[in-house]
Amino acid sequence: MDKAAIIGIGMTKAAGRVKEANYAELVYPAVVAALEDAGITIEDIDNIVTTSNDFWDGRTISSMATGDVSGGYDRNVSCVEGDGAFGAFYGWCRALSGHYGTTLVTAYTKGSESVSPYITNAAFDPIYVRSLGLDMVSGCALQARRYMNRYNVSEEQCAVVSSKNHRNALNNPNAHLQLDLSVEDVMGSRMICEPMKLYDCSPVSDGAVAVVIANEEKTKKFGKKPAWIKGVSFCMDNYLLGDRDLAECAALEKAAKQAYAAAGISNPRKEIDVAEVYDAFSYQELMWTEGLGFCEKGEGGKLAESGATGKAGDMPVNPSGGLLPSHPVIAGGLIRIAEAVRQIRGEAGDMQVDKDVGTALAHGVNGVAGQSHCVWILGKE
Amino acid sequence: MARRSAIVATGQTHHRSIRRDVNGQEIINEAVTRCLEDGDLTINDIDAVVIGNMDHFEGINYVDCWSVDGCGGFMKPTIKLTTGGTTGSTLAIAGHHLVASGAFEKVLVIGWEKNSESDTTGAINTAFCPIWDRPFFAGAIAGLSVTAQSYADRFGATPKDAARVAVRDRRHACLNPYAHLRKEVTIEEVLASPMLADPVCLLDMCPRTDGACAVVYAAEGLAEKMCPQPAWVHGVASRHMFSYVSDADFAGGSLFSMERAAQELYKKTGIKEPLKEIDVIEMYQPFSWAGLIWTEDMGLCKKGEGPKLVWDGVTDLGGELPINPSGGVVSTNCIGATGLIRAAEVALQIQGKAGERQVPDVNLAIATGFGGCLWTDMLAYGKNKPE
Amino acid sequence: MSNVWDSVEPRVLESRIKVPYAWQAGETASHFLLSLKNETKFVGKKCAKCTKVLVPPRKTCPYCFVETGEWVDVSDEGVVETYAVVRRDTGILPVEPPFVYGVIKLDGADTGLVHIVGEVKPEEVKEGMRVKAVFAEERTGKILDVEYFKPV
Repeated sequence: MDKAAIIGIGMTKAAGRVKEANYAELVYPAVVAALEDAGITIEDIDNIVTTSNDFWDGRTISSMATGDVSGGYDRNVSCVEGDGAFGAFYGWCRALSGHYGTTLVTAYTKGSESVSPYITNAAFDPIYVRSLGLDMVSGCALQARRYMNRYNVSEEQCAVVSSKNHRNALNNPNAHLQLDLSVEDVMGSRMICEPMKLYDCSPVSDGAVAVVIANEEKTKKFGKKPAWIKGVSFCMDNYLLGDRDLAECAALEKAAKQAYAAAGISNPRKEIDVAEVYDAFSYQELMWTEGLGFCEKGEGGKLAESGATGKAGDMPVNPSGGLLPSHPVIAGGLIRIAEAVRQIRGEAGDMQVDKDVGTALAHGVNGVAGQSHCVWILGKE
Repeated sequence: MARRSAIVATGQTHHRSIRRDVNGQEIINEAVTRCLEDGDLTINDIDAVVIGNMDHFEGINYVDCWSVDGCGGFMKPTIKLTTGGTTGSTLAIAGHHLVASGAFEKVLVIGWEKNSESDTTGAINTAFCPIWDRPFFAGAIAGLSVTAQSYADRFGATPKDAARVAVRDRRHACLNPYAHLRKEVTIEEVLASPMLADPVCLLDMCPRTDGACAVVYAAEGLAEKMCPQPAWVHGVASRHMFSYVSDADFAGGSLFSMERAAQELYKKTGIKEPLKEIDVIEMYQPFSWAGLIWTEDMGLCKKGEGPKLVWDGVTDLGGELPINPSGGVVSTNCIGATGLIRAAEVALQIQGKAGERQVPDVNLAIATGFGGCLWTDMLAYGKNKPE
Repeated sequence: MSNVWDSVEPRVLESRIKVPYAWQAGETASHFLLSLKNETKFVGKKCAKCTKVLVPPRKTCPYCFVETGEWVDVSDEGVVETYAVVRRDTGILPVEPPFVYGVIKLDGADTGLVHIVGEVKPEEVKEGMRVKAVFAEERTGKILDVEYFKPV
């Protein structure tokens, strides 16, 4: 595929409940920030992809709520329903299909405006499963147990991830929760759905994010600090939990393999300098670091314990804190992309990892228990 | 390199009021299976899946994830788009971009809806802002009837003019084995049907339908090998205008988004005289009055002359520029699929596979989408590759 | 902008959307559910291509994307592949917490069925544990015609 880059990013401070703004008012500042960051105005935007979810918003045609603040008036607009990383994929395609040069991609959720178990329960099959009352938490708990049993992963190892990510968020002015949690604090938190305790679970937050993707021509014209898109891929596993081998993440492995191939990466552990992954639950960071090839299968816990995934480590993961402290649902994956862009630019402030960043990875997930994964590789050149 | 794309295969279900015999996955699977058969393909030939519907009509969250059995997305890149009524055309546009960008070679695009599984109006109402719009705006019909009333006031069109459009589409539908409503209606029957919201009567309005549609887009280089006559994408355009119902201009007598989308599309494709140069249109026309107003907004005639165009038979099968040879939306409306059916029908026309509803010598065809807050999508397809 | 909110409490509209649903199960699911209701029996569908026996049954095999073939009786007993103990009441649960969800591979099936593991202390549930279905007295052709699976 032709070259393209992310030339602007903007996001709001995520919070438990933003009473002062509705969806549109939440998205608008993110859009304004992204345009400013790119050094352009809305007139320079050719087309828009909004990302939202009808259930979280309680509105069918949820894209209608934020079209105008995304600059949609009298423009070409489309809408992806799913995690923001997938929306950005489509936005990237639109910047390269010969029609447009710059795509503005937005993603948001106001998690506070609904009752999350009802929302995620609706993701379960209405005929065979829904009435059992499963939700995202219990669905993921089934995966956590399967994974942890197969590979002898302990709750402590999961707690290491949670503590690391919550503490990383202390450096992140946009994170919802800013808690200085030790491993003991996580282990001592109340059990929600075994094996996951309160601090093994991400909160549900209100937040919005916007990015500007530009093709090569427009990047040369506008892009002051481009983060080049080296490879993107996504892949979806089977749907019913009983159809899947929950201890594995085959779909992530496939998506990662394809993204790495496109980016010319053969040794991710060495060649990826920083990764922002979708850790909705602490066990997930362990699983996804394995699926991404940062360590062998089943070694994610050891990787976390070694300190390698800390800010100062050789394989920093989620220096922004990831989702565990801050989870505006649909915005999750796109925020990972935005944070990865910051790392590439060297503009992540106190979140900036110690090592030089030439290549960054960002990751988004759709569906229950990591059914569908989207992997982004970004580069300085 | 950006490259050309074409629709190479299509499939759709026989659309019905209520498909009691299948669940959502199974109705999707029917359309997909027919589409793959049409293209002599298997699911292994497909590189990516794009799917869409209007969520609250079936009450399933993360439909892309749920749809695996039906769409064949197991271990494939699968993504969902939804934009309300324009969902189907949004999907058709996405199929093009995903191929044209170089991301994929062959993309399966699926639109579907099982309207029978929910209270349609109850679901549609959730589209509108709960604070400003929802308490006053009852479903889709209210806004459409306002546009009809203001158009009638401005240009003197009558319910009889609108009924002529319904008569045309319902007659066309009798030639389409997939259409939902396959019984002709007369002008008198339309005018005598129950009034829904002045001046829109029941037979002016689309039904609600269970149905699904699937198409395969392929890249230039492959498309030519995959079927004898690909339907090449010549251009795509869309306009989303408003977020709040009260911002929309209902009284202007035009569909602003359509005027703007048409302008952009014609510029991209070099169309200067739409009436002459376009051979067939599948218009997402959710009610009869739109068949008057939007022919003007598409530049087929001057403002106010839509009725004359229709009464002169220009838009009938056999006329100079047939509109909705498939029977259109007033004969079949499985919302998530409807916009995509417009693209599929246009592809069939270009491929010469439209059976009894075939328009002769189709070189250039337009498919449109309508929905959301008076949004428009438009796609142009051609027999030959675009410049 | 922020000083606007210093003396003004943002207003909140409390509301609910009400959209009733009636999902058609289709022939395949109906067959399975009616078998639970009328015969307290589990049935699966075998894929003609990969020969996996799918429980719950589907008209199309999700792995192969071909229509499934014959109906196969499967046992009402099986093995717990994984489990999760619900502690928090979410308001949509069929039973009061604490209780256990499990993915159960019934003998004869190749895919797991998600359900509830009952008559057991949460701390005693183990992967590999054998369980047997307990049917509800009043059955209507739904997945909860099976009340839960209990250890054997």
